[in-house]
Amino acid sequence: MKEYINKGSKDTRSGFGDGLTELGQSNENVVALCADLTGSLKMDDFKANHPERFFQVGIAEANMIGMAAGMTIGGKIPFTGTFANFSTGRVYDQIRQSVAYSGKNVKICASHAGVTLGEDGATHQILEDIGLMKMLPGMTVINTCDYNQTKAATKAIADYDGPVYLRFGRPKVANFTEDNQDFQIGKAVHLYEGSDVTIIATGHLVWEAIQAAVELNEKGISAEVINIHTIKPLDEEAVIASAKKTGCVVTAEEHNFLGGLGESVARTLASHHPTPQEFVATDDCFGESGTPAQLMEKYGLNAAAIVKAAEKAIKRK
Amino acid sequence: MPNINELQDFVTQVRRDILRQVHKVNSGHPGGSLGCAEFFTALYQEVMDHNTSFNMDGKDEDLFFLSNGHISPVFYSVLARSGYFPVEELNTFRLIDSRLQGHPTTHEGLPGVRIASGSLGQGMSVALGAAQAKKLNKDAHLVYTLHGDGELQEGQNWEAIMYAAGNNVDNLISTIDLNGQQIDGSTEKVLPLGNLRAKFEAFGWDVMEIEDGNDLQQVIDGLKEAKTRTGKGKPVCILMNTVMGNGVDFMMHTHAWHGKAPNDEQLEKGLSQNPETLGDY
Repeated sequence: MKEYINKGSKDTRSGFGDGLTELGQSNENVVALCADLTGSLKMDDFKANHPERFFQVGIAEANMIGMAAGMTIGGKIPFTGTFANFSTGRVYDQIRQSVAYSGKNVKICASHAGVTLGEDGATHQILEDIGLMKMLPGMTVINTCDYNQTKAATKAIADYDGPVYLRFGRPKVANFTEDNQDFQIGKAVHLYEGSDVTIIATGHLVWEAIQAAVELNEKGISAEVINIHTIKPLDEEAVIASAKKTGCVVTAEEHNFLGGLGESVARTLASHHPTPQEFVATDDCFGESGTPAQLMEKYGLNAAAIVKAAEKAIKRK
Repeated sequence: MPNINELQDFVTQVRRDILRQVHKVNSGHPGGSLGCAEFFTALYQEVMDHNTSFNMDGKDEDLFFLSNGHISPVFYSVLARSGYFPVEELNTFRLIDSRLQGHPTTHEGLPGVRIASGSLGQGMSVALGAAQAKKLNKDAHLVYTLHGDGELQEGQNWEAIMYAAGNNVDNLISTIDLNGQQIDGSTEKVLPLGNLRAKFEAFGWDVMEIEDGNDLQQVIDGLKEAKTRTGKGKPVCILMNTVMGNGVDFMMHTHAWHGKAPNDEQLEKGLSQNPETLGDY
């Protein structure tokens, strides 16, 4: 069994910041907007290197989204930065009308998604953002798994013409994917081939899925693990092919089971190849204060929860 | 350049177009549209440096963003009669498979429209982005916006108003259509706007007024004066007094025709007060 090595835990938001720094040097049309969270979003380097292309909008997210839409008129490629909660729920109508419906080339980059932002508590821990964004026609939705992948995705979305929601997080998580990887929007990444169960994970739960597969292997269960960084458009072919091979599926995400990756997978399978599926996700609830590890344990978002779900899925075959 | 009489004829024809568009589909917003016929005519026929061979990026030309998108009938009429798309297409207003949606959109690719609007309060933010992009592109052209007065009740406007002054966005001219009416009644009754001049000035804008926004010469002069105030470190606000439903006597001075179409008889009456000038579509 292939061993995936954590090359040193890093926060995914730093992957975004470092990707943006490189974009600043490589693409003069890239501009960045931030709603008073420059440090949290790791946008300081871009700001320092390209002050004329950095727009501090203050605590005014609605204006930020509208301005980003306007900047595309004139050929700019705007990257907006704030927490996931303020990037989506707070400005849903602005994104809907001025970005998605208007077909503007805006990159909505969101940190501090999910319960693992930790101690700030439920007011800031959005678990509905993937659902909100994936329901918008034409919106691409990406949730990256580690520092390297976030950096690669940040650079890749600048070359893609259309609105994108890029979701990442606050805490340091295992960094295990390749440096300078080729990031293909909408293309699933197979981490393990397996025959008994398919684990489809997104975000930092991909690392948990790897740990779960190792544990399942020790129990004699062969798990296929797929890293879905792009929730929309979903790599349906990869999902269907794997479900056909293993006969049951577990989806894992730091998001409400309503509206997330799991639902997208379930819809795909229901239409093409009905398959038993278990959902590792939050159970239609709000989060709370705590450390990321405590919250992942309490809300069932870790390797142990994935193992349990896999065993249950296999029994339903 | 057309003379003032020719422009006045243009305004009259635009009013006819507004009435005929909303009458045909028995829906739409004639009141605010009629009140802004002079503004749109002045902007597109006299004031803006714009290119009817439409390009979304709009580099090296002035841009206009309509924030209160429900007054689409006046926008469509003036765009068509300025050469952005065939005037006959006004026949498709609000019909299925049309580019002339109830509220303006980019979705169907209608030339002249650069952003969807209708959900109120978003236009100034978009204009700010476009204005900042112009500065980055070393493009000295201007960005114009129009907002309903009731629309200023949306908080996003005040985020944008604060940003514009705080960041010296001085290539922006935002006009507020002060007709004092909104769907539920007068702005005074629904939610008073207070002293808008004082508010904009307190936020750091250069504020001017057009006393009668339905006097074409005043609108042209006002917009031209606003242009001379750009490039001086402050965004420019024009408070433009208009009469909702202007030019159709029974639609004037009331919110009743905000979002209601005339019946056959009312249409004839309205058209008789605005005789055909440039030819109906």
